[in-house]
Amino acid sequence: MGDSLLTVEGLRKAYPGVVANDDVSFSVKPGEVHALLGENGAGKSTLVKMIYGLVRPDAGRMTFEGVPYEPSSPHEARGTGVAMVFQHFSLFEALNVAENVALGMENPPKQRQLSRQIREVSETYGLPLDPDRLVGDLSAGERQRVEIIRCLLQDPKLLIMDEPTSVLTPQEVEILFETLNKLRAEGTALLYISHKLEEIRALCDSATILRLGKVVGTCDPRASSARQMAEMMVGQELHTPSREMKEPGEIVLDLAALSVKSANPFGTSLKNVTLQVRAGEVLGIGGVAGNGQDELLAALSGETPAPSDAVKLNGQEIGHLGPNARRALGLLAAPEERLGHAAAPDMSLTENALLTGAIREDMVSNGFLNWGKARSFAESIIREFDVRTPGPGNAARALSGGNLQKFVIGREILQRPVALVVNQPTWGVDASAAAQIRQALLDLAAAGCAVICISQDLDELMEISDRFAALNEGRLSAPKPAKGLTVDEIGLMMGGAHDLEVAHV
Amino acid sequence: MDLSSINPLVLIASLMVASTPILLAAIGELVVEKSGVLNLGVEGMMIVGAICGFAVAVESGSPALGFIGAALGGAALSMLFGILTQYFLSNQVATGLALTLFGLGLSALIGQGYIGIKPPATGDVNFGPLADLPVLGTILFRHDLMVYISLGLIAGVWAFLKYSRAGLILRAVGESHDAAHALGYNVRTVRLMAIGFGGACAGLGGAYLSLIRVPQWTEGMTAGAGWIALAIVVFASWRPWRVLVGAYLFGGVTVLQLNLQAAGLDVPVQYLSMSPYIITILVLVIISSNRGRASLAAPAALGRVFHASS
Repeated sequence: MGDSLLTVEGLRKAYPGVVANDDVSFSVKPGEVHALLGENGAGKSTLVKMIYGLVRPDAGRMTFEGVPYEPSSPHEARGTGVAMVFQHFSLFEALNVAENVALGMENPPKQRQLSRQIREVSETYGLPLDPDRLVGDLSAGERQRVEIIRCLLQDPKLLIMDEPTSVLTPQEVEILFETLNKLRAEGTALLYISHKLEEIRALCDSATILRLGKVVGTCDPRASSARQMAEMMVGQELHTPSREMKEPGEIVLDLAALSVKSANPFGTSLKNVTLQVRAGEVLGIGGVAGNGQDELLAALSGETPAPSDAVKLNGQEIGHLGPNARRALGLLAAPEERLGHAAAPDMSLTENALLTGAIREDMVSNGFLNWGKARSFAESIIREFDVRTPGPGNAARALSGGNLQKFVIGREILQRPVALVVNQPTWGVDASAAAQIRQALLDLAAAGCAVICISQDLDELMEISDRFAALNEGRLSAPKPAKGLTVDEIGLMMGGAHDLEVAHV
Repeated sequence: MDLSSINPLVLIASLMVASTPILLAAIGELVVEKSGVLNLGVEGMMIVGAICGFAVAVESGSPALGFIGAALGGAALSMLFGILTQYFLSNQVATGLALTLFGLGLSALIGQGYIGIKPPATGDVNFGPLADLPVLGTILFRHDLMVYISLGLIAGVWAFLKYSRAGLILRAVGESHDAAHALGYNVRTVRLMAIGFGGACAGLGGAYLSLIRVPQWTEGMTAGAGWIALAIVVFASWRPWRVLVGAYLFGGVTVLQLNLQAAGLDVPVQYLSMSPYIITILVLVIISSNRGRASLAAPAALGRVFHASS
């Protein structure tokens, strides 16, 4: 491989108690799009952090353009020609676009000149962006453009992208791919991390698959099926959730023209949201992040009060009730943020089980807590949802994302909800745990519960929903039967491409 | 009651003097908070600055050396806070409160031998003929150097935060330390420098009290000025020029109510004494009441502990 741009050989990084990367080797050629595949915790992020100079490897060598490459900081990596688009955006909400771009550059020009450059580059690559806007006011797709343009302005030789499409609409993904293909044609190498195997098949030239920190294989994504790649990632066969079709029952949850102002200055207020969910039905709600998902969950769970007649559960007006009163009636919710919202990170699983289960599982009498019941409730969640943890006395923080998610969802399901609202139930969860959670939601619906699943993962929504609706700037589209919906239709429901245009150079 | 005894020109001139200690402490704390650190030890750093400045000035006979000593003393104490919160990841609120208590005690100890002594006098800046201008001369051109330095600091901090790259990095660190770290900025160093600057400014503010405003040393002489400085930073929405307005408002009402007391206004003294606090906070609350945009000025990472592992 004399002509490779970046070569990684025998890279190893260990953290106390866990080996994040062990003997990882691969190489990337100029103009190649190389995919890194793996489940959560497979060590992909640690690997790219080492390449970007954020983490120092314990052992192993890297060469860049044939020269030994040991970046000790991102500054050095950027100086060498490596740029990175982060999974969790490394952006500053209260600063404007130009300031954000300047922070990611080594020698930024004066603000006015930089603004002009941003306009030029964004026009060239079909990613329109106003340099003077606050990043906090931008949509997720626009924020990603900021990150990409920040990288492009430095003419990188290698661009690392960590899960870039997880927050984009299908149309936006298409346009991103055109931009990336253009970069490839210019000779820029791409290191592309994603869960979405179909995307990798469409975009990438080669793939390295990681499991538990080790390289378990390489493949040509164009010649392999998504299922083959998934099974290489997981190391076992995958079960696709199954369901039996049946007629939905009575209307359980009924929102009538619900409008709620967002509590967050950067949030999206809900406007005139109307929806009905019947018993035994799963309503999937898609949409790009930041279009009112958090607000909708808060309005349903009771965290944000609404006019009493705007929310009805089995015909009863509950808009004015708080979360505990709604729980007592059987409307349960599992929010997106696991640590800090769905679970208290430093409290034990028993305590966390008690926090939402106290009312419906009857763990309180005369103001005193029944710890025995709480503990056995926590144990039953751990048992039935296969939560991998030493015991219910462990702190929620100590669980991996997937395990904690199983616990959080299981905790609500075991309370026999009349209606359940979940937001991003499988976000950051590995494929096998995600399949389990989806199956549990389907089983719950089959048992007659009304389920609302808010998610950004369209494949997930198509897999489990009976009907599909999309949130766009706080408005909910009219729900349509999920079966037979095309990607284009979904994209239009989600608000289209948000004024994106195709690259024109 | 004789209101005619109050000369408005002298009143304005003296409000600038009365406000300077708070102004200095507040602009320092503004920089600290913009970097995402909440240092509640302003009062402690002020009083340590007051005694350090006083002692150095008395021993050396030079007020200028006194102010330098005060800045160093305040900065040294702030480094204690900086090391505890940035390296040992202690809770910022608790550490800041401890710093205030520690500073009050330490200053009393150092100040044992300095009670009842007069410090060397600080002269006013000589503007020559400008000082003889009608009206403006009295208000603007007959002050000591520190008044002008404090105004210069406000302008300097404003320009630093708005136009310089270092200022942008400081704001970025205060906005999201994780993102700043991911981009390769040294969050800890930036914050330590901000904390040191805040300490030096608070020390200068304290020394201004003991060397010019009062001028003598008494235990606990800052009497809550540090807390007012903290409140002014928050209600000024972390904007330097609003800090100036808030500090001068507080100083102005303080001077005015003293004059009213002297003039024998028929209002219980207690009400007059509390009026600066109430009026300052009321006005600043009204200014910053426009939520939405105003809350954007608050550094999003304020008071959160940063650890590079994540």
